[in-house]
Amino acid sequence: MSPNSVPNLPAGGADETGRAWVVLDDLDVKRALVRMAHEIVESNRGTGELVLVGIHRRGVPLAHRVAKRIAEIETIAPPVGELDISFYRDDVGIRSPQEISPTDFPFDVTDKTVVLVDDVLYTGRTVRAAIDALVDFGRPRLVKLAVLVDRGHRELPFRADFIGKNIPTSKMQEVRVHVLETDGVDSVVVYDPRTLGDGQ
Amino acid sequence: MMMIKHLLSIDQLSTDMIDLVLKTTDSFGEVGTRTIKKVPALRGRTVCNLFFEPSTRTRLSFELAAKRLSADVITFTADSKTSVSKGESFKDTALTLQAMGLDAIVVRHTSGGSAKRLSEWVDASVLNAGDGSNEHPTQALLDLYTIKQRFGRIEGLHIGIVGDVSHSRVARSNIKAMTKMGAHVTVIGPPTLLPVTVGSWGVDVSTDLDAVLPKLDIVYLLRVQKERQVDQFFPSLREYSMFWGLDNRRVGLMKPEALIMHPGPINRGVEIAGDLPEMERFIVADQVTNGIAVRAALMYLMLGGSQEPPPTEKV
Repeated sequence: MSPNSVPNLPAGGADETGRAWVVLDDLDVKRALVRMAHEIVESNRGTGELVLVGIHRRGVPLAHRVAKRIAEIETIAPPVGELDISFYRDDVGIRSPQEISPTDFPFDVTDKTVVLVDDVLYTGRTVRAAIDALVDFGRPRLVKLAVLVDRGHRELPFRADFIGKNIPTSKMQEVRVHVLETDGVDSVVVYDPRTLGDGQ
Repeated sequence: MMMIKHLLSIDQLSTDMIDLVLKTTDSFGEVGTRTIKKVPALRGRTVCNLFFEPSTRTRLSFELAAKRLSADVITFTADSKTSVSKGESFKDTALTLQAMGLDAIVVRHTSGGSAKRLSEWVDASVLNAGDGSNEHPTQALLDLYTIKQRFGRIEGLHIGIVGDVSHSRVARSNIKAMTKMGAHVTVIGPPTLLPVTVGSWGVDVSTDLDAVLPKLDIVYLLRVQKERQVDQFFPSLREYSMFWGLDNRRVGLMKPEALIMHPGPINRGVEIAGDLPEMERFIVADQVTNGIAVRAALMYLMLGGSQEPPPTEKV
């Protein structure tokens, strides 16, 4: 299987190369998001002043899904904002600029409880950039962080408040979250280049 | 995609690069609507505006664009207050700037090719803000963006460029950019102001504005460059406005959805009638607004990337 194809296997399954493991399949992702939705409304005691902000790219569809799950629990869906953090990254000038997605806040964040939503929490640098970007839009009362996967190896002092799954990884490995909206399938896959041995 | 280091001519840009610039411009347009119209992307970088020719909108636009990216901006205008008035050459001025350790130089000069020369002398990225009658690439890019914003596309549109094509760097860059993106361009003007080589530019040529107007989606009026009119290319400004100026009668010949553009500054009563009301379809203000976002996008893409091959993707 090529490293860019998306394996559609039940959780625990590895592809034929033995290089990719499906850690969460579509049902696992669904369960994790439902639980996170419950945890968010529990900690906020409802949807009052609650807004979700998805971080491009895969945080955005995840934020919309969590909002939908919250609506099923509380009948009210919290507003969802979309945030691109490219202009706030700490590696501008080091890595080549990527295509930028639209930032859209259909609400004022001032005095709101903002839950940032992203797919993977790794070094924490994206979270740092996201918080910097967020405060340019106003002064939230509270900022929390929800991630589908926490893979460890923080380089900045952040922790997530709502976590779909803790996946201990090595820095050599790569964690890829696939979402239905952009990848055609919901799954979390860990890739390990070492098991192939051909130096790919 | 690797971005170019210097922007000297539209020729350097592939259609993919132009698409990337226009897409990135969307994001800077959004930044421009925020309460805090500033992002930290180019914090700590220094941009120098080096202007040997008068300018209002281009200089202010580049300055605002750099400031929206949190870059520091210094401005040099060749007038009685600088060493140019003491006879310092262009090259020595460039070497002085080089010694100051700048990241980008935005240059406007009376001579064609000056931006390219400058790029050979300095380590900074050079952005051509108009070199003589040669090119004005950022104007063309902001015009493309404005057209795309209004029509949703550039490909297949019929654009008429009216007036002094010979002396116009705006026309040169725009013709290259518009035809590259698939627009159909017709240049219209007095034969004395159409370059002799215009036949090889991939455009239609006409001297009859009234005949072409009903077919156009965009009427792009060029400024009559009184400062470059050393020879008499037409008998009088009054005659020019009679044959090539846009007045209410001619606006009546246009398609209802057709738009009018102008790079500014406008000579009221020459290329456009003085009594023409500020109509909805005259979108000069959009061009100016978009100019800031386009220039910010360019500086972000040119200065925000590494000159090394991109490192492997890290999640």
